Amino acid sequence: MILDSKIPEGPLAEKWTNHKFNVKLVNPANKRKYDVIVVGTGLAGASAAASLAELGYNVKAFCFQDSPRRAHSIAAQGGINAAKNYQNDGDSVYRLFYDTIKGGDYRAREGNVYRLAQVSVNIIDQCVAQGVPFAREYGGLLANRSFGGAQVSRTFYAKGQTGQQLLLGAYSALSRQVANGKVKLYPRTEMMDVVMVDGKARGIVTRNLITGAIESHSAHAVLLCTGGYGNVFFLSTNAMGSNVTAAWRAHKKGAYFANPSFTQIHPTCIPVSGDHQSKLTLMSESLRNDGRVWVPATVETAEKLRKGLIKVNDIKEEDRDYYLERKYPSFGNLVPRDVASRNAKYVCDEGRGVNETGEAVFLDFRDAIKRDGEATIKAKYGNLFDMYQQITGDNPYQVPMMIYPAVHYTMGGLWVDYNLMTTIPGLYALGEANFSDHGANRLGASALMQGLADGYFVAPYTIGDYLAQNPNDRISTDHPEFQKAEKEVSDRLQKLLSIKGDKTVDYYHKKLGKIMWDYCGMARTAEGLTKAKAMIKELKKEFWTNVNVLGANEELNQSLEKANRVADFIELGELMVDDALSRNESCGGHFREEYQTPEGEALRDDENFAFVSAWKYLGEGLEEELNKEPLVFENVKLTQRSYK
Amino acid sequence: MNLTLKIWRQKNNTDKGGFKEYKITDISEDMSFLEMLDVLNEQLSTKGEDPVHFDHDCREGICGMCSLYINGNPHGPQQTTTCQLHMRSFKDGDTISIEPWRAKAFPVLKDLVVDRSSFDRIIQAGGYVSVNTGGVPDANEIPIPKSIADLAMDAAQCIGCGACVAACKNASAMLFTSAKISQLALLPQGQVERKIRAENMVAQMDAEGFGACTNTGACEAECPKGISITNIARMNREYFSAVLSSDTV
Repeated sequence: MILDSKIPEGPLAEKWTNHKFNVKLVNPANKRKYDVIVVGTGLAGASAAASLAELGYNVKAFCFQDSPRRAHSIAAQGGINAAKNYQNDGDSVYRLFYDTIKGGDYRAREGNVYRLAQVSVNIIDQCVAQGVPFAREYGGLLANRSFGGAQVSRTFYAKGQTGQQLLLGAYSALSRQVANGKVKLYPRTEMMDVVMVDGKARGIVTRNLITGAIESHSAHAVLLCTGGYGNVFFLSTNAMGSNVTAAWRAHKKGAYFANPSFTQIHPTCIPVSGDHQSKLTLMSESLRNDGRVWVPATVETAEKLRKGLIKVNDIKEEDRDYYLERKYPSFGNLVPRDVASRNAKYVCDEGRGVNETGEAVFLDFRDAIKRDGEATIKAKYGNLFDMYQQITGDNPYQVPMMIYPAVHYTMGGLWVDYNLMTTIPGLYALGEANFSDHGANRLGASALMQGLADGYFVAPYTIGDYLAQNPNDRISTDHPEFQKAEKEVSDRLQKLLSIKGDKTVDYYHKKLGKIMWDYCGMARTAEGLTKAKAMIKELKKEFWTNVNVLGANEELNQSLEKANRVADFIELGELMVDDALSRNESCGGHFREEYQTPEGEALRDDENFAFVSAWKYLGEGLEEELNKEPLVFENVKLTQRSYK
Repeated sequence: MNLTLKIWRQKNNTDKGGFKEYKITDISEDMSFLEMLDVLNEQLSTKGEDPVHFDHDCREGICGMCSLYINGNPHGPQQTTTCQLHMRSFKDGDTISIEPWRAKAFPVLKDLVVDRSSFDRIIQAGGYVSVNTGGVPDANEIPIPKSIADLAMDAAQCIGCGACVAACKNASAMLFTSAKISQLALLPQGQVERKIRAENMVAQMDAEGFGACTNTGACEAECPKGISITNIARMNREYFSAVLSSDTV
């Protein structure tokens, strides 16, 4: 199949405007004849569900949490980018576009990214109108901060809880449509499969997480807004429930999966403290505005520190290595996430890491507190400092924070065209669930921007175009395709329950996570990936013969929920390894040790790898088929990324 | 450290339920409270016993999903969410009792899991500004004094966990409801629907079966996000002024 990205013709700046004019419209009276399913209620899902309902479509919104407000977008801390240029510091739509393309190491589509930058300004207007309490200056206007990978201040924020406030804004819009009767909510309901009739997505099968009931829902279009799959690594900054199941089931039904190995390892997380660890906590990247990253200059000093022979505050200035400031004088501590993470790994690999484990670096606020005073730092980052102290027991006003990279975001996801439609007609993917805008590395404060752009301002146009070209007849859930899908879902759950082996679900999840982190994490090699592939195949076999899932389907059963998700993570893990192995270059978060510059930076191969890898599922036990969507750059010149 | 856990076990919504005692050993003080329960559940699962069900998701104190009543306090001894509570807050040999939120409007679903959809319905009754997507003014056309924006933000930080209800002897949801009413009453965007919002949200809160406020301040003391009881005073003011000059009579 030839992948048609459907990027509109014409100059970059006019593509979206022209496209909006060219799409077909559903007239207001007919909109109520169409039903749309939205799976996931994070920023992308809640904003899409609300906006589509406002237009007049009948929406059903699903989430596995007990309320739509709990989706993991809520945990985003730092901010949201927008090309408002309120600071008069030279920002523009083009600059945001350029920074995002460059930050993504030239592995994203120009057309999509430009549109993202264009609608970014509308997002801020929309959120403010909803009553989102963004930070403000004394004059009453909006405040901005700067973020990694950019030299302008374009990040809007609400303390360290920007994701929460934006999500509550979208949730309030969604709630309003629930009250209006245009959205029906299904909390504690998990999507188990997508149902296709005549080659088009026409509904989903769900499991009610309280009663275990398997149910079908029919519609004219299905939107997957189900987030990323970082939990394939077991330890990540994702919520415990974040999973790939919805996207993976769609993939197995024919939706191509793009760039699955593009994973973002976030540089500023609280380091692992022991085997009991269930998740990792991010410390916002905004901290790098004022915190200075360093490790001891010599291995000897680091060893003494790890053994507790010296205290961190006793280390003299000349014995500290502010390695980001040293290597990247123009961006300093604000280099993009992939660069910051990789450098943390390097210094730790050299033996200069701190913490008892040697797997941490310092993020130090001593100089900022001296310069601005403790009160100012507290006003900016107070809640983050409190959170850090709560978790570690250390007071970051007195001793430097310790941080280490952790899996945070997945740039890969379901392949979508310019309209956000997957390779299955009528099936859309929005937000982190798709692959489209961040290339091989996402810049900070861009995930919130993309989720809301897709949901508020892109999908409402492009879905109308699809629906206008399809009849509004409704399909009964008695249709054989629904019945077949329901039976498949029930059979699979019964199979999981009937294995009754002797290892828990978490045992397998942790094992998978370790394989992924060791071989498909911050640095990858062909040799390691080949090994990982064999290990995952073996793990899958063992899981399906020896996992122990307790209880029954007809009840609230958290171990069955987990087992169902982990089974999909194992299959995804194998595809991620295939993807990493097939891409013989380094770009952004994908770092193959064989391909690096003499300075240890990612070495792209634009001649052979300037494409999107889109994988097609061919059947149980078969290798997936690689399809390539060439990336055409008409506006930016591909260069070696430099933040020096 | 070694601990004794007294945990509420209840098979489903209609089961009567009761406490069950578990011994747990070798708990590190760096574990979070929920990680300690993970360890228990791994042990129970390995033995073939049904693990203890509890709600949790982000585990970084922001999603509001976790909800345990620990030794008589919602979210335990610290003013934080259960997921951010660490075992260093306990001592070797302690007995810890763990119950679900108790409120008529929060029915127990299983073990420690309760249904808080009543909170969603309160928000649906008016916890929003009625603007559609698109067609809104430029963000900087609505200047808001920093002090007001900060106050609105303080109220907006509510995570909807329900600790205020669990802490209150009347199972009142006034801290939760007032946080949203305050946020929008303070901001210029919320003025147009100010009265009707207060009336409808309070009516929904009552309809759900939450109790009234008797000013004991337990909600504020237990709120993991430090939402101030001042918001309740503001809500009462909003409500009375709305009712006295109601457009809907």
